[in-house]
Amino acid sequence: MNLTLRIWRQRGPEDKGRMVTYQVDDVSPDMSFLEMLDVLNERLILQGEEPVAFDHDCREGICGMCSLMINGEAHGPQRGTTACQLHMRQFSDGDTIDIEPWRARAFPVVKDLVVNRNAFDKIIAAGGYITAPTGSAPEAHSVPVAKNNADAAFESAACIGCGACVAACPNGSGMLFTAAKVTQLSLLPQGQPERYTRVIGMVDAHDEAGFGGCTNIGECAAACPKGIPLNTIGRLNRDYLKATSKRAGTPGS
Amino acid sequence: MDLYTEGDPIADTKAPDGPIETRWERRRFEAKLVNPANRRKLTVIVVGTGLAGGSAAATLAEQGYHVKSYCYQDSPRRAHSIAAQGGINAAKNYRNDGDSVHRLFYDTVKGGDFRSRESNVHRLAEVSVNIIDQCVAQGVPFAREYGGLLDTRSFGGAQVQRTFYARGQTGQQLLLGAYQALERQIGLGNVEMNARHEMLELVVVDGRARGIVVRDLVTGEITTELADAVVLASGGYGNVFYLSTNAKGCNVTASWRAHRKGAHFANPCYTQIHPTCIPVSGDHQSKLTLMSESLRNDGRVWVPKAKGDNRAPKDIPEDERDYYLERIYPSFGNLVPRDIASRAAKNVCDEGRGVGPGGLGVYLDFADAIQRLGRKAIEAKYGNLFEMYERITGDDPYEVPMRIYPAVHYTMGGLWVDYDLQSSIPGLFVIGEANFSDHGANRLGASALMQGLADGYFVLPNTLPNYLANAGSFEKVDASHPDVVAARAAVEERIQKLLSINGDRTVDSFHRELGQIMWEHCGMERTEAGLRKAIDEIRALREQFWQRVRVPGDGEGLNQSLEKAGRVADFFELAELMCIDALHREESCGGHFRAEHQTPDGEAQRDDDRFAYVAAWEYTGDQPVLHKEDLQFEYVHPTQRSYK
Ligand SMILES: Cc1cc2nc3c(=O)[nH]c(=O)nc-3n(C[C@H](O)[C@H](O)[C@H](O)COP(=O)(O)OP(=O)(O)OC[C@H]3O[C@@H](n4cnc5c(N)ncnc54)[C@H](O)[C@@H]3O)c2cc1C
Ligand code: SF4
Ligand code: FES
Repeated sequence: MNLTLRIWRQRGPEDKGRMVTYQVDDVSPDMSFLEMLDVLNERLILQGEEPVAFDHDCREGICGMCSLMINGEAHGPQRGTTACQLHMRQFSDGDTIDIEPWRARAFPVVKDLVVNRNAFDKIIAAGGYITAPTGSAPEAHSVPVAKNNADAAFESAACIGCGACVAACPNGSGMLFTAAKVTQLSLLPQGQPERYTRVIGMVDAHDEAGFGGCTNIGECAAACPKGIPLNTIGRLNRDYLKATSKRAGTPGS
Repeated sequence: MDLYTEGDPIADTKAPDGPIETRWERRRFEAKLVNPANRRKLTVIVVGTGLAGGSAAATLAEQGYHVKSYCYQDSPRRAHSIAAQGGINAAKNYRNDGDSVHRLFYDTVKGGDFRSRESNVHRLAEVSVNIIDQCVAQGVPFAREYGGLLDTRSFGGAQVQRTFYARGQTGQQLLLGAYQALERQIGLGNVEMNARHEMLELVVVDGRARGIVVRDLVTGEITTELADAVVLASGGYGNVFYLSTNAKGCNVTASWRAHRKGAHFANPCYTQIHPTCIPVSGDHQSKLTLMSESLRNDGRVWVPKAKGDNRAPKDIPEDERDYYLERIYPSFGNLVPRDIASRAAKNVCDEGRGVGPGGLGVYLDFADAIQRLGRKAIEAKYGNLFEMYERITGDDPYEVPMRIYPAVHYTMGGLWVDYDLQSSIPGLFVIGEANFSDHGANRLGASALMQGLADGYFVLPNTLPNYLANAGSFEKVDASHPDVVAARAAVEERIQKLLSINGDRTVDSFHRELGQIMWEHCGMERTEAGLRKAIDEIRALREQFWQRVRVPGDGEGLNQSLEKAGRVADFFELAELMCIDALHREESCGGHFRAEHQTPDGEAQRDDDRFAYVAAWEYTGDQPVLHKEDLQFEYVHPTQRSYK
């Protein structure tokens, strides 16, 4: 099939950026979306133009590196699918496709379709862990975990840190990402001791990094390729409330 | 042979002697320690943030060392360990099914086709049990039984169920555990994290590794980073084949640059071809996708009995199907080790019984399992893999059997290390897939995650301090040292060279062509004539590369073509060494199958008298020099591997 692409080109953080139109012909429906961009880039290089910069690595939907706004949707039209796993059979001959970077205050553009998501790492560094220095762990079976809790923890732990939730949110909020980690760790017995300091640390880091506030619009969960449910944000809010009410810091409460 | 010369054998691997069960404990006891107050003054560079590098950086920082960490992705959480699907082995024996440290040790030595070092493998089996404890404490959500205890499953090459897993995303969950421990240390100021930085050179001063030269991939700035020791955890080099299950950025550059500076490269030809990957669909293909080995627990592999049978799989009656793994290997069946399953698939396809386009595929069929256990149970175990398959191929594996074919997956070879995981350059340690240490000529499924975490959490943090304990007596080095200046100048010069050729071919076009040469001649089956041809072709193509490659843009900012060009340039040099290694090893073992050396029924024929050694190659700039490390088998006696 033959396609028209309109791609965001921006030379660097200071450049204003613009949409540029390219024609790509003979696209096979078995190609992945990124392979289609590879074809364009190979051609641009031979024509003496700069190829389009975009982030990707695993191309299996797990590393969270790819990050494309496709026709205004984060990761494109297929539900539960990252841009790298999207295949061209989802499009039709003659389509015009707009490709843009994530747009959010906390994710500044580096070049073309590449953004800086370092703010996510900062949220994790502020409490998204269980303190368990190497060597200090008790025997794994000393603490059983009910299967439904373990499974639910897994569901939230499946977040790949891609940032689609932020890109999809009109407020540019990173709350779904934050809530996914808070939920995973608060469902596990190992996560209890730091449960309330964790949520405060992470939410503060989230706000400091320039993410917007959550107003329960739900675009994040709809865009999330890993199906992180919106109710994780409810869990985060409940923990946050408890944490900020006076009793939480009191031993024994 | 005309392609290399032979040097002195490797006399000492630093492994303690005595009964094998006591060696690791003795080593730890004999190691010198660094006083806690002095640790802060010592800096360790860790290149890579996968399971090996992430766990090592976090642990060393917890111990009190100052750590500088590097990865080429935008976040340490994205290292390719994230993509591991199936699981991680540990000798917990929670199933009471006869497992033990000794059995895991035995299975690994045998699975590696008697080409690994017993002392190392035993240590790996010993610490495997600590890894599970550590990960559970970090909140890794492993699969559990209804009683709340951990679930396990079977993997190839073992008859016990010792594989722990987190649905089909075990690597992701283990890596996030290590990443979170690392982020905690970053938050505490103990680790300086440098994401989107690529190591392009090793700095060696007075015979010791003292730093690296890195390029900031966003600004293009080149800097030298100095330290008291350097740890490489930069992963495997399967991408030399262009198409593999590795991430697009996986590369050999860190290892290769160290090799050029004096680190021996061991067994480069030992490559693992994974039997269950989604077949190639066209010329545009940029990578191959693995379908986890765990699927072989419930899926049955078959092809039609008759050649060229083009009927749809559901129209082929039971008695006209050949479940060839169950037929040839009745005791392990569909769960034979990877090298054996891959070659069997190649054989049936070579006979003209392959299925799908070009006849390069076999079926992996879940119909029986779905009937026996119900669709729901299969969904719970493999749901994400089935979805991934459907997204890529457009076929629904609940209805139609999957089509699979072998693909390059893992590299057992890597930089040579001693028992302490130190390379042949003092102060340079190598961990994870980047070293050669534990898997011999074939790695068993679920053992790479185990090795990466064993190295990073438990082995290196016990052996590196022994080296650092002497660091007080090393001279301080600063950026004006002539060797440091020279290392940096070499990097700048190479980048300028790549940018200035301005030829008429893209980097990818060269990489693809190199991959085809390697797959054809240094892939699942190798012959002397093919390898010699490959060496000539690689040399000719490399020359073309340096004359005709076109790298657009400049070195000043983000330039993904430039990054790729540097990596491909190193792959060319590695490719040649892989072929030389494969050519010199006139036997078949594990993933290295020389067509001239097979048993009458087509199995790998080892030659223990001539080849029971590790081939450690020294770089000279001209013909490489081979150093042999003899392998002793005191506990597991080499036999012809049999999974029948
Ligand atoms: C699809 C797939 C599935 C797998 N499934 C399993 C499984 O189920 N069980 C199992 O045991 N094993 C599995 N494996 C193998 C296993 O995942 C890997 O061997 C292991 O994770 C490697 O870990 P590592 O830490 O050594 O390297 P990696 O995780 O690859 O990390 C390499 C790191 O080095 C960095 N790096 C590389 N080069 C440079 C450079 N020049 N400069 C700076 N940084 C650099 C990267 O940024 C990255 O951080 C699988 C592998 C694949 C590909
Ligand atoms: S919550 Fe979903 S969309 Fe947001 S970062 Fe995680 S995986 Fe991506
Ligand atoms: S490239 Fe890894 S998730 Fe898309």
